[in-house]
Formats: sequence, structure tokens, C-alpha cells
Amino acid sequence: MTPTVLLPVLIGGLYAAGVYLLLDRSLTRVLLGVLLLGNATNLLLLSAGGGSGVAPILGPADPTSMSDPLPQALILTAIVITFGVAAFVLAMIHRSWRLVREEVVGTDEEDRRIAVRTATDADDVALPRRPRRRR
Amino acid sequence: MIGVLAPLPVLLPLLGAAGALLVGRHPRVQRVLSLTVLTTVLAVAVALLLLADRHGATSVAVGGWPVPLGIVLVVDRLAGLMLVVAITVALGVLVFAVGQGSADGSEATPLSIFHPTFLVLVAGVSDAFLAGDLFNLYVGFEILLMASYVLLTLGGTASRIRGGITYVIVSLTSSLIFLAAIGLIYAATGTVNMAQLAVRLQHLPAGIQLLLQSMLLVAFGIKAAVFPLSAWLPDSYPTAPAPVTAVFAGLLTKVGVYAIIRTQTLLFPGGALDGVLIWAALATMLIGILGAVAQTDLRRILSFTLVSHIGYMIFGIALGTTAGLAGAIFYVAHHIAIQTTLFLVAGLVERQGGTTSIERLGGLAASAPLLALLFFVPALNLAGIPPFSGFIGKLGLLEAGVAVGSGAAYALVAGSVVTSLLTLVVVSRVWTRAFWRPPTQSPAGDTAAAAAADAMPALVGAGAPGEPDGSAAGRRSEGRRAWRRAAWRRHAQVARASDDGASDDGASDDAVAGSRARGRADRPLPGIMLGATAGMATLTVALTVLAGPLYGLAHRAAGDLLDRTPYIVSVFGHGEVP
Repeated sequence: MTPTVLLPVLIGGLYAAGVYLLLDRSLTRVLLGVLLLGNATNLLLLSAGGGSGVAPILGPADPTSMSDPLPQALILTAIVITFGVAAFVLAMIHRSWRLVREEVVGTDEEDRRIAVRTATDADDVALPRRPRRRR
Repeated sequence: MIGVLAPLPVLLPLLGAAGALLVGRHPRVQRVLSLTVLTTVLAVAVALLLLADRHGATSVAVGGWPVPLGIVLVVDRLAGLMLVVAITVALGVLVFAVGQGSADGSEATPLSIFHPTFLVLVAGVSDAFLAGDLFNLYVGFEILLMASYVLLTLGGTASRIRGGITYVIVSLTSSLIFLAAIGLIYAATGTVNMAQLAVRLQHLPAGIQLLLQSMLLVAFGIKAAVFPLSAWLPDSYPTAPAPVTAVFAGLLTKVGVYAIIRTQTLLFPGGALDGVLIWAALATMLIGILGAVAQTDLRRILSFTLVSHIGYMIFGIALGTTAGLAGAIFYVAHHIAIQTTLFLVAGLVERQGGTTSIERLGGLAASAPLLALLFFVPALNLAGIPPFSGFIGKLGLLEAGVAVGSGAAYALVAGSVVTSLLTLVVVSRVWTRAFWRPPTQSPAGDTAAAAAADAMPALVGAGAPGEPDGSAAGRRSEGRRAWRRAAWRRHAQVARASDDGASDDGASDDAVAGSRARGRADRPLPGIMLGATAGMATLTVALTVLAGPLYGLAHRAAGDLLDRTPYIVSVFGHGEVP
């Protein structure tokens, strides 16, 4: 099997772009990042199967010249799962947009409240959480 | 016998979920169906545990495919024990949810979706426990995660979407790391079967082993909420409905712990990363419990203690001895039951007092004595007061730590004692504030009405809830509070203007909860919910009574894990592993 440069470079590039997008606060970018990372991982699985070969169908081809079918099965499963999760994240982004007219990772107000608490606040009345968050 | 039974904990809940979806329009039928399914699965799980304890580990090749090619389910003592505890807890939570559903109707939690999703979650958890190959473990994780995404964002209110987004993204990242690790492991060894991996991974160069092991540990560490990968948990769990939080707290992180146990014992037995795990365990315990000390909301306090006590399990795993692992396994079983019970109690407290903020609650011991008892016993158990199972589990871990005797082990022993004490501080603070003090002493006066008025000043009109006594602290924070209230009103107006006024609008989430709480506070707690919680509390006490046999079982399971041959032999027989 001859080593290929293209596949590792492609996988690395996809991982880099995916991680960069994942770190953004905008949910659409996060989703795109997740999709890129998913594809990078699928390519990684593909390359884990070794070199290319004939379609692994018993009969027409000689078993020694076949490509490894297992990673392909794994990739198919992974694609289905990524697809389902991506659809769910899209639905959440849509819901978030309808509710608060923004699609960013929200701030946890309770965390903020705890962070600014001082010792004299110990018996303070807990305040209602604000319903809407804007940056 | 095991061949027939082993696939059932996965198969039955999935079929049940399909059935529950079909009968979604008939809530009564749906309830009976899902309860029946879970009870059957519980019986199957108990049978599996007994068989696995008598005959040792057994494997089942699903679909009759020859072993390294097909999917393998392996039932050993650890998997059987996890399965029994998990299904028991799931059943308890389901009964609680049924009680809540019949008491409330389905305003905030659309139960026609809840039941099928809950069953899918159980199927995913069972699959993860039984999986005999890494990819099936991944699929099991994905099944339970997909179900958990839906459960966490049930109803789609603003706060749940916010918490859910964090949860989904973090879980996705962990899944991708896991999948990439599977790809690399396949590239290095040419198999994903765990029994085969146990043999083949040993022949890899040490550096590659270390890389693969750390990738798996990071992936599972995120799921198990081990510091520094734990920040997502207290952020996302408290927003969900009470039964959902309860089952998440009980089960999901423990599936991660289970996967860590498998990684550390079966796949990478050398203990190469035990040193890292020891410090991670110590940090998880201490930082988790310090977070809990700072919180004022009951659910958040419980979320932080959950993170903190994951540290005890990692402690046992990191020691790498039979005693340590036995302690960890016992602690997992104990903690699943105890944490679920406490979150169910938090759900009841919210019903009774209209809030889960311990600054606002008061007098619950007088107004709901049974509820107070239901909090008191599991809370002492969590803190590790003798003679409860929490004490037994901690004692086992401490003994194992002292037996190892290294400096790091002693640091862990000291850290876990401090954590235990701080847990006691936390739960006693909840007890004195929410349960013990008379309601007149709570700053907001009469709790439920104040909660409702607080939650919707703009809607009630009056705006100002009963101001606390004119103490200095009260006056000082007055300005900030007024500012916040004004901001709240502004937001509420924007909310009404920009939304199309759907009844499930997330903005009025708190307000709806408040008004419901106000209407509910003088009603007694629904019997089924109380009964389910009481049942769970009884289970935690039963764990204490049955601690002897249970600890024996945990010890045998730990012996199997460190020996590794029972697992491998169960899959490949006594011949050469291909």
C-alpha cells in the first residue's frame, strides 16, 4: 500500500477548521464546525481501513484485492448519527431564534449572580432570573 | 439462557418506545405500556445478574455472526450489577413522572413524547453496559445521548434551550473524540472487539497505547464529568424537568464512569495514566464540592455534589487495586440511587415551596414532614454518615487508599475526607434553610406567594415582593435589585412584543412556574410522586442493609476486571484469541 499525503492533509485541515468554528459563540458556526469535525472523523475512519481496493462483494472480486468493508459500515452508522444530531441542533437553533431572536450560546445568569455575590449577600433574596438574554 | 436474555434489556425498551409512540394519544395505555416494559426489563436484568454471578461472564453473538465479525454482548458481574441498579432507578423515576403527569396534565412536559424517549434512553444505557465492542459502545452512547437531548429540552422553553445547547455541543464533542479514537484504534489493531483489543493493544508501542488511552479517557471523562471536563454539567442539568434531571444525574455520568472502568481494566491494564486520574479525582472532589458550597439553588447544589462525588469513583479506579475497584463499583451503585432520590426530592420541594432557591424556602419541615424525612435520610447518606451506604462506600475507598500507601493515595484519602465534611456542610445548610427555619425567617416571608410575586412582578402589577427586614445587607442590595426588576420588565415587554404569544413561550417560563406553584402550594403533594420518592429513599436504605452481599459482589466483579481472562474467555473460549 502506498501512503497518501492527500488524506491526512485533508483530515487535518477539516479538523482545524472544525475546531475553529466550534469555538465560536454563534450556533450556526458551531453546527458547521460539528459537521466538519464529523466529516473529518469519517475520513479518519476511512483511512483506518487501509488502501483502496475492489468493492467488497463476494463473487466477482478476489478477497485479497478487496477494500476493508468494516470501516465503511462504521462510517455509514456515523453519518446517520451525525445527520440526526445535526437535524436536532438545527431545530434547537431555530427554537432559540424564535424565542430570543438570537442564535448564540447563552450566558448562565445564575452563574453570574453567584459570581457577584459577597459575604453580606449571604441572606439576600434570590432574584428572578431574567427571561431574555442579550449580549 | 443468557443468550436469550442478554439482548432483551436493549430490545424491549426500543420496542416499548415504538409502541408508546403508536399509542401516544392514549396516555393511560402509554403509561401502562412503559411501566410494564420497564418492570419486565428489571426482571430480566436481575436474572442476568444472578446468572452472571453464578456462571461468570458470558457473551452472546447477536444474529449468530461469528465472533470477531458480528456484534457481541457481554454480561459479566459489573455489567449485570450496573444494569440492575440503572433499571431500578429508571423505573422509580418513571413512576414519579407518571405521578407528576397525572397531577399536572401535560403543560410543561408533553408526556406523549416523554415516555418513548425515556424508554429509548434506557435502551441506550443498557446497550452501553452490555456492549462487547467499542463501536457498539459508541452506538449505545449515541442512543442515550439522542434521547437525553430530547428530554433535556422537553417543552423547548428558553432556559432549557440555553442549557440544552451547552449540553448538546459538549456531548457532541466528546462523541467525536470517542469516534476518532475508535478509528485510530482500528487503524492500529484492525479490530473493535474489546476482548480482541485486550490482547492486541498490548503489542502496540507504548506511545501509541498512551495516545489511544488518553483519547478514550478524555471522551469518557467529559461524559462522566471529571474535572476539568465537568463545567458543562451544573450548567445544563438544573433546567430540565425534575424526573429528567433525576435520571440524568443518576445514570448518564455513571455510564461514563463505567466506560472508564472498562478502559482502565480491560483495554489498558498497565495503569499508565493512573497518576493523572488520581489528581483528576482529587480536583473533581474538591472543586465540585466548593462549587456546591457557593450555590444557593437546591438543584445546582445537587449538580455540584454530583460532580464532586464522581471524584470518589475515579479515586477507586485510579488506585488500580481490587479493593479500590470494588469500592468504586459499590460507590457507583450507591451514588446512582442516592443522587436520583435527592433530585426527585428537589422536584417535590419545588412543588411544595414554589422554588428551589434555599434563600427563599423555609419551614418545609413543619409544612411537609414526610418530605423533610425524605430529604434528611438520603442527605445524611450522601454525606457519608454511618451507618448508611455512603459511609460504607467511602470507608471502603479510604481503606483501599491507605492500603496503597503512596503519597498521592494519602492526598486522595485526605481530600475525600474533606469533601465528605464539606458535603455535610452543604446538606446541613440546605436543611437549616429550607426545612428547619420557620417560614417567617426566610427573607421573602411566605415562600410560595413571594416566589410567585417575585417571578412575575410585571404581570402581578404590584412589583415589589415583601421586602426583607430593613437590614444593612437588604438596603445595600436594594438598588441593584430595583435595577434588575426594571430590566426584567423591559425584557418582558420585548418578549411580549416580539413573540407570537405562544402559550409555551419560554420567556414566561418562570412566571408560569410561579403561578402554578402559587396555585399548588396549599394542595398536598401527589401520592404517586411521594410514593416513588419514598420508594427510592427506601432503596438507598436497602443498599445499606444489603451492603454485605453487595460489597461481596462488587469485590468479585473487581476481581474479574483485574483478572481480565473471564471477559476474554467468555468471548473467545479457551483457545487462541485471533
